Amino acid sequence: MDDDAPRPETVDLAAAFESSGVRDLLAELDETMIGLGPVKNRIRETAALLLVDQARRQMGLATETPTLHMSFTGNPGTGKTTVAMKMAGLLHRLGYVRKGHLVTVTRDDLVGQYIGHTAPKTKEVLKKAMGGVLFIDEAYYLYRPENERDYGQEAIEILLQVMENNRDDLVVILAGYADRMDRFFDSNPGFRSRIAHHIEFPDYSDAELLRIAERMLTDQNYVFDPAARQAMADYIPARRAQPHFANARSIRNALDRARLRQANRLFTEAKGPLNATDLSTIAEPDIRASRVFRGGLDVDRRPAADAAE
Amino acid sequence: MKVTQGQFSFLPDLTDDQIRQQAQYAIDKGWAVSVEYTDDPHPRNTYWEMWGHPMFDNPDAAAAVFEVNECRKAHGSKYIRVIAFDASPGWESIRMCFIVNRPAQEPGFRLVRQEGEGRVVRYTIESYAVREPEGARYV
Repeated sequence: MDDDAPRPETVDLAAAFESSGVRDLLAELDETMIGLGPVKNRIRETAALLLVDQARRQMGLATETPTLHMSFTGNPGTGKTTVAMKMAGLLHRLGYVRKGHLVTVTRDDLVGQYIGHTAPKTKEVLKKAMGGVLFIDEAYYLYRPENERDYGQEAIEILLQVMENNRDDLVVILAGYADRMDRFFDSNPGFRSRIAHHIEFPDYSDAELLRIAERMLTDQNYVFDPAARQAMADYIPARRAQPHFANARSIRNALDRARLRQANRLFTEAKGPLNATDLSTIAEPDIRASRVFRGGLDVDRRPAADAAE
Repeated sequence: MKVTQGQFSFLPDLTDDQIRQQAQYAIDKGWAVSVEYTDDPHPRNTYWEMWGHPMFDNPDAAAAVFEVNECRKAHGSKYIRVIAFDASPGWESIRMCFIVNRPAQEPGFRLVRQEGEGRVVRYTIESYAVREPEGARYV
C-alpha cells in the first residue's frame, strides 16, 4: 500500500460496503441461490472479514494478506461451482484478486501422463489462474495412495508451494464430497494447514428443489401448469430415494427430459396452430412419464435385456 | 558496459512490480508475453532461447513475473528479457521487448578489423564474453 498517503482517522465500513459493490453481490447471491443458508452466512462473514481487513490496512494496522484458500465440501449438485464463481467476483470487488476470473480444473488438467509432464502442466494451470481463483473439483483424486508412482503427488507439491509463495496472486478453492475430502486432508496435512476456510454445502430440501426447478424453467421461458407442479413435487422425493441423486443437477436433467417429452407430445398431439402458452407449458404427463415413478433405471433395462435374449 | 537494447534499457533495472505493470499493459493490449534468455549480447542476436511457451491465455501478469523468477533461478547469470508478441494481422510481430536480468559483469564489446582485398578494412564488433564457449560466458 501507499505509505506516503495520509492515513485516515476513521473508516466508514458501511460506505466501504456500499462503494465496493459487495452489497450488490451479496444481494444477488441471496436472490439467485435458493437455500444454502450456512454457505451464505460463511460468505457474508468472509466479506465482513475482508472489508475490516481492508479498513485496517488503510489505517496501517494489518500487515499480511489473510489466507483465503478455501475448501467446499458437499454432495454433487449443491452449487459448489456456482458459489465459487460468486466468490471470485467477491474477492475481485474487494481487491484481493486482480482479475477475478475462475479457472475450473480437475485431476486431468494438473497431472501428466509420464515423468516430467506433470510439473509444466500444473504450472501452466497455476499461471492461467493467477490474478483469479483456481477451482479444483474433486480434489481428492489428486492423491492416490494405492499407487506410489502416481504423479498426483508431484502436482500436490507444486500446488502447495505456489499456494504458499504466491498467496497474493491466486486463491485456490478445493471442492469435493465431504468424507473423501476429509480423508484427503488427513493424508496431506500440508493442505489442511494452508486452507483457512472450510465451507460445508448442505443438501437441498424437497421444497427448495421445487423452487429451483421453477427458477430453472423460468430462466428458459417455460412454466409448469398446476398439475405438473404437483407431479414435480412428487418426483423429487422419489428421485432422491434412487441412486445417483445429484440434487439440483438431477432436477436440471429431469427438466431437460420433460422438455423433450413436451416437444414430442406437441408434435404428435397438436392438431392446429400452437400459441406461445402451448409451447412453453410443461404439463403433467411430461413429468409423470418419467421412469422414476416406475422404479427407476432398472425398469427400462430389464425388458431390453429380455429382448436381447 | 551496460548493454542497452530493447525498451527501458537506459533506465535503472526494473523492479518485479514494474515488470508486472509493463507485462500487464501488454496483456491488456492482447499481446502474448513470453520470457527468453541468452548469453550472447550481440545486438544482431535476435533469436534468444525461449523460456517456456508464450503465455497466450494468461489474463494476469503475475504469471509473467513468476516465469521471470523461475528463469532467474536457472539462468540468473545471463540476459533475460520479456517480450510481447502481437498476433493481430498486419503486425504478427514483437511489440515490446525489455531486458529484466543481466549478468553481474558485462565486459562490453571490442572492435574487430578485417583486412579485405586491396586496402579495404571491414569493421565489426564482438562481445568479449563470446570468446568463452556457450554456457561458460558469465559465471
